[in-house]
Amino acid sequence: MDEWRRLQPRKAGPYKVVGKPLPKVDAYSTVTGRAIYADDIILPRMLYGGLLRSPHPHARIISINTRRARELPGVLAVITGEDLPRKYGILPSSQDETALAIDKVRYVGDPVAAVAAVDPDTLEQALSLIEVEYEVLPALMSIEEALARPDVKIHEETRNGNIHKAVSYEFGDIEAGFAAADYVREDWFYYEGNNHVPIETHACVARWEPDPHNPIGGKLTLWSSTQTPHYVHREVSKVLGIPPSHLRVIAPHVGGGFGGKSDPFSHEICACELARRTGRPVKITCTREEVFLIHRGRHPVKMWIKTGVKRDGTITAMHFRSFLDGGAYGSYGVATTYYTGALQPVTYALPAYKFEGMRVFTNKPPCGPKRGHGTPQPRFAVEVHLDKIAADLGVDPIELRKRNLVRPYSRTINGLRITSCALEECLDQVVARSGWREFHAARLAREAEATRQSSPVRRGMGLALSTYICGAGKPIYWNDMPHSAVQIRLDRGGGVTVYCGATDIGQGSTSVLAYIVAEELGIEPERIHLETADTTLTPVDLGSYSSRVTFMAGNAAIQAARRLKELLHSVAAERLRLPPDRLESGDGFIYCVDDPQVALSFEQAVQLAEARYGALVAAGSYAPPEDIHGDFKGAGVGPSPAYSYSACVALVGVDIETGEVKVEKLWLAHDVGQAINPLLVAGQVEGSAYMGYGEALMEQQIFRKGRHKIPSILDYKIPTTLDTPEIETILVGRPDDEGPFGGKEAGQGPLLPVIPAIANAIYNAVGIRIDEVPITPDKVLRALKAARSEPGERPLPPPRVTPIVLNELWPARLIRWSPEQREPRPDPTNGHHQHPRQGESAPHGAASTSSQLPQKGGTA
Amino acid sequence: MLRLPPFRYLAPRTLSEATRLLAEEGPQAMPVAGGTDLLPNMKRRQFTPAVLVGLRRLRELKGIGGSPDVGVRIGAGETLTSVSNHPLIRAHYPALALAAAAVSTPQLRNAGTIGGNILLDTRCNYYNQTEFWRHSIGYCMKRDGSICLVAPGSPRCWAISSADTAPVLVALQARVRLVSVRGEREIPIQELFYDDGMRPYTREADEILQEIWLPPALGWRSTYLKLRRRGSFDFPILGVAVALRREPDGRIGDARITLGAVASHPVEAEEAMARLRGQQPTPTLLQEVATLAAKRARPLDNADLTITYRKQLTPVYVRRALDLLVEAEQGSGAE
Ligand SMILES: Cc1cc2nc3c(=O)[nH]c(=O)nc-3n(C[C@H](O)[C@H](O)[C@H](O)COP(=O)(O)OP(=O)(O)OC[C@H]3O[C@@H](n4cnc5c(N)ncnc54)[C@H](O)[C@@H]3O)c2cc1C
Repeated sequence: MDEWRRLQPRKAGPYKVVGKPLPKVDAYSTVTGRAIYADDIILPRMLYGGLLRSPHPHARIISINTRRARELPGVLAVITGEDLPRKYGILPSSQDETALAIDKVRYVGDPVAAVAAVDPDTLEQALSLIEVEYEVLPALMSIEEALARPDVKIHEETRNGNIHKAVSYEFGDIEAGFAAADYVREDWFYYEGNNHVPIETHACVARWEPDPHNPIGGKLTLWSSTQTPHYVHREVSKVLGIPPSHLRVIAPHVGGGFGGKSDPFSHEICACELARRTGRPVKITCTREEVFLIHRGRHPVKMWIKTGVKRDGTITAMHFRSFLDGGAYGSYGVATTYYTGALQPVTYALPAYKFEGMRVFTNKPPCGPKRGHGTPQPRFAVEVHLDKIAADLGVDPIELRKRNLVRPYSRTINGLRITSCALEECLDQVVARSGWREFHAARLAREAEATRQSSPVRRGMGLALSTYICGAGKPIYWNDMPHSAVQIRLDRGGGVTVYCGATDIGQGSTSVLAYIVAEELGIEPERIHLETADTTLTPVDLGSYSSRVTFMAGNAAIQAARRLKELLHSVAAERLRLPPDRLESGDGFIYCVDDPQVALSFEQAVQLAEARYGALVAAGSYAPPEDIHGDFKGAGVGPSPAYSYSACVALVGVDIETGEVKVEKLWLAHDVGQAINPLLVAGQVEGSAYMGYGEALMEQQIFRKGRHKIPSILDYKIPTTLDTPEIETILVGRPDDEGPFGGKEAGQGPLLPVIPAIANAIYNAVGIRIDEVPITPDKVLRALKAARSEPGERPLPPPRVTPIVLNELWPARLIRWSPEQREPRPDPTNGHHQHPRQGESAPHGAASTSSQLPQKGGTA
Repeated sequence: MLRLPPFRYLAPRTLSEATRLLAEEGPQAMPVAGGTDLLPNMKRRQFTPAVLVGLRRLRELKGIGGSPDVGVRIGAGETLTSVSNHPLIRAHYPALALAAAAVSTPQLRNAGTIGGNILLDTRCNYYNQTEFWRHSIGYCMKRDGSICLVAPGSPRCWAISSADTAPVLVALQARVRLVSVRGEREIPIQELFYDDGMRPYTREADEILQEIWLPPALGWRSTYLKLRRRGSFDFPILGVAVALRREPDGRIGDARITLGAVASHPVEAEEAMARLRGQQPTPTLLQEVATLAAKRARPLDNADLTITYRKQLTPVYVRRALDLLVEAEQGSGAE
C-alpha cells in the first residue's frame, strides 16, 4: 500500500494511448470468428456431457435408476448427487448447492444426473433413459407464497420459514428526520427481474491428465465461459477434493456475461468429475433454455419506500424496504439484498436512512447478480418516487434532485466514502443536451398540435440519476490479499508480455491492460502480448464483477509497469548521461524531456537493463483502501474505492390507442473520471442503455405452472437493433484521484438511470404511472383506459407484498449506526458465524460478507 | 445445442420425382423448403419425419411473373425476400410485399419460402417449446398428449395460424395449385385452411404446393399491419390484411378484411366487409366496421401479451389499416 502511494502521482499528460479511441486488441479476431470460445474447443478423444434436469419445481427424489443409461453403448459415465455430495456456493455464507440434487429438487431445471458419451446423440438418448421417481411437493412461486407457507420449506437450513436473509439498519435518527419533514409520501414498486441473455450460452471443457506418480492422481484443466475463474477454481477444487495447485481454470473468449457467468456452476463441476472418471476430456455446452434455467439473473424485487421532505424538496429521511424473490438457491443473494439498500445514500445525501431488506427462497431458477447487481430495482423505485414527490409539491424535478445531490469528498450517512463525483455536471449536461427546458415549456403547444393532427402519439421526457461502485471494496471470501495483480515480463527483443487474471467478457478488460501498460512504458499497444484469465499462468484477479477490473487491474498494471520503467530509465539515464527525472517514455523510445532527439530505443533500454539486472519481470497489485466504510456488521457491501455517476433523459412517444411506447432517444451523461478509451466507454454506455431499455419495456421473466413461460430468445423479448433508441453518450468528470489514470467504471452504472427515466417520461407523456417493470403495452393501455374511466377498466393494482403488516417487527435485528459513532457494537448473532476452516464444507453458513466486518472494524 | 432427430434426406430434381418420392415414402415423409419452420420444430420434436424431401431444386416451384391486368403467378419455392422485393408485387399487391417483409429476420427471409410460410405449422406457447419443457408441463394434444393446455375443457386444439402472408393471400383472393401423383388441383386459398390447430391444412401428405395465383389487381389497394413487440423476429400476434376497390364516385366497390393470428386459420371479417360495400368511407363508418371486424378475434392465452390486449388492439389495427388505404387514395386523388 505504501509502495503504491509512493508511485503516485500519475504520469503527466498529454497521453499517447490513454484517452484515444483505439480498437479493442481482439476486435479483428472477434468479428472475423477467429476468437476461440469455450464451445470451439475440441480435444482428442473428447466426450460430450450433459445434465438431466428436474421437470418439477419442487419434489423429493424417491429413486434414480441409471442402469439403462449406463448400459447404452457409447456411454462412458453417469453420475448422480451422491457422487458429488460436497456443498458449494459463491458466497461462504450460502453454501447451499450440490452439483447434482440430493434428496430434493427445488426448481424446474435443477440438475439431477450427468452423463458423458461419445457423441451428442448418444448423450441425448442416455439422458432420456435415466429414470427418476419423484414425490411432487407444493411449489412456491412468488414472494407472497414463500412468506405465506413457512410450513413448505424449500431449504431445511433456513431459520424462519423461507426467509433466506433479512437485514435491518437505521442510519442517523429516522424518527427525527420524518418529524422534521413538511411532506411525507409512501409508494410501492415492483421490478420483475430478468435474464442476462448473453449471446454465448454457457459452455466448458474439462481435461484430466492422470499421473500415477502424483498422490492426487493427476491434474485437471477447465476451460469455461466464466467471469470469475478464480472463484470457480476455489469451488471446483473444494467439491472435487482436488487441491487448488492441481487445478487450472482458464476463461477463453467469453461471449457476454452481464453477471450470468459469475457463479460456479453444476455443469462445470460435473464436466470436471466426468473427465476425472473417464480419463477423457468432456465438453458441456448449455442450450438457450438451460441458460434461462441456471439463470442467476436480476432478482424480482418488491419495494416500499417512504420519504420525508421539506417544502422545497430537501429530503429529511428515507425508509426503504425490499423483498427479493431469490429463486431456489443462495447464489450472490445475500450481497444482492444488501445492494438493494446500500447505495441510496450515495446518490442523494440522506440525513437519516432506514433500510430493511429480505430475500426469500422460491421454486424458481436461482437469481443472482445482473449488471447493476441489486441496484437497478431500488434506483427505479427511488427515482420514480422522487418524481412523484416533485409533482406533489409542485417543485421542478431537477431542482428537487439538485437540493439533495451527494457532495464530492464526503461521507454518507451509512459510512461510505465518496471521492470524485460529477453528478451535478451529469445532470446539467443531459438537461442541456436534451433541450429539457424547451421541451417542457412547449408542452401545451405540443398537445394542441397532436390533437389537431389527431395523432395518437404523445411525447414525454423523463429524467433520473444514479451511482455505481468501481469495484466491491471487499472480496467475496474474507482475506487480506490483493484483489488484483499483474505481472509483466520484458523480452530482450523488445517484446512485452502482460499476465493478469482479469477476464475479458467482451467489455474490453484485456485491451485496457494493453493501453495502460503501453502508456506507462511508452510503447504501442499492439506490441504487447496478453495472457489473461488463467489461474495457473496469471496472477489472481477476483473476476469481472462489480465493475472492478479497470480500476483494480489497471492500478496493478500501472504499478508493475512503473517498476520496470524505473529499471529502464536507470540504465537509459546512465547511457544518455542524464538525470533520470529528465527522462520520459513514448513512441517506443526513452527520451530527454528537454530534447527528445536525445533518446534510446525501448529495445536498447531493455537489453541494457537485462544485462544489468538479469531477467526483467515485475509484478504489481492492488487492494482497495481500508477506511472507506462504516464499522457495523454488513458494512462490507457498498464500499468502493470510487463511484461512477450517471444521469439520463429519455424522450418517449406513447401511442394512446395501443399503449405502445417508443423510446425515441436517450441522453446519457456518465462520470467515468478519465476514459482510458472513450470508444470502449461509449460502447459500455450504449450497451447499458440498450439493456436498460429492454428491461424497462420488454423483458418478462414470467412463470406458468411452475415453469419459465418463455425460455427462448424468440419468445423472451430482448430488443433488436431496430427497436434500440438513438443514444447520445456524454462523458463528463475529471480524473479520479485513485483510479488508473483517473479512470472509473462504465460497465454497469449507465444502465441504472435508464429504466426510471423511461418510466418518468411515460408519465410526462400521458400522465399515468406504471409502478412495475417491465412497462409492457398491455399495462400502459389498461392504465390509460382506467384513467379515461372507460367501462370495465380497472387500474393495475399497486404492487404490494401481501400479507405483510408493515408495523410488524422485521425478521432481523435492527442495527443502528451513525457516522459519529465509530465504535463497533457488540453483535450477539456474531457468535454463530465462523470462518470455514480449510476443507470444511461450512454447514452453518460460515462467515458471511457481513459478519466479517466487525473483526475488520476493530482495527479500522 | 438442440439436436435434430435422425432422418433421410432426398433431393429430387423435378416436381414429378418429388411427388413420386412423397407417395412412395408415405406419411413418414415431409417436404422441406427453406426449413426455417420445420427444422426448429424437429429439434423440439414436434415433428420426427423419417424422410425429408427437399424442394430446393425444383424449377417448377420457382419464378414470379404476370401483370396487374391478368394476374401474377408466384412459385411456392420463391423466398420471402424475393417476394417482398419483386417490383410487380410491390407496386400492385403491396400488402403481400409488406407481409413477406414483416416475417422474422432478413436471414430467415432469405431462406424461408412463401410456400413454407403458407403451410407454417400453427403456433401456441404451450406447444412451441422443447421436448424437456413439454415433458415437464405435460404434453398437449397437438403432440404426444391428449388435452389442450390452453383450454383444458376443450375437445379441440387452439394453436394459432401465425403466417404473415396467409391473411393477405386470403384478402387478395389468391388461388393455390397442389400437385401429387394422384393429380393436380387448383383451389381458392381459403379452402386450404381448416379451423383446427392440429390439422390446419387440407393439403394431403403427398401433395406439393406448386404455385400461388394472384387475381388481376387493377383498381385494388391493399395493406397489411402486424402487431408484434419488436421490429424484427417476432411472429404476428395480430395480422390485419385489407384490400379495397373504390368506385369512381369514392364509394367502396369491394372490400376484403382478413385477420391473422386470431384463430387456427386466417379469419375473414364478412360482416364488416358487407357493411363497407357500396358505402362512402366516413370516419364513423370505418370505426364501426373496425369494431365489427374485431368481433371475429377471439384470442386465447397462448401467445405473447394478454388476451385482453390482443382483443382490444384488433379494432384499432383494422381502423388504422382502413384509414391508410382511404387516406392514400384521397391523397393521390383516387384512381
Ligand atoms: C425465429 C423465427 C421467427 C419467425 N418469424 C416469423 C414471422 O414473423 N412470421 C411468419 O409468418 N413466419 C415466421 N417464421 C417462420 C418461417 O421462417 C416462415 O414462415 C417461412 O416462410 C417458412 O418457410 P420455409 O420455406 O422455411 O418452410 P419449411 O420450414 O421448409 O416448411 C414449413 C412447412 O411447410 C411444408 N412445406 C414447405 N413448402 C412446401 C411445399 N411447397 N409444398 C408442400 N409443403 C410444403 C413443410 O413440409 C413444413 O411442414 C419464423 C421462424 C423463426 C425460426
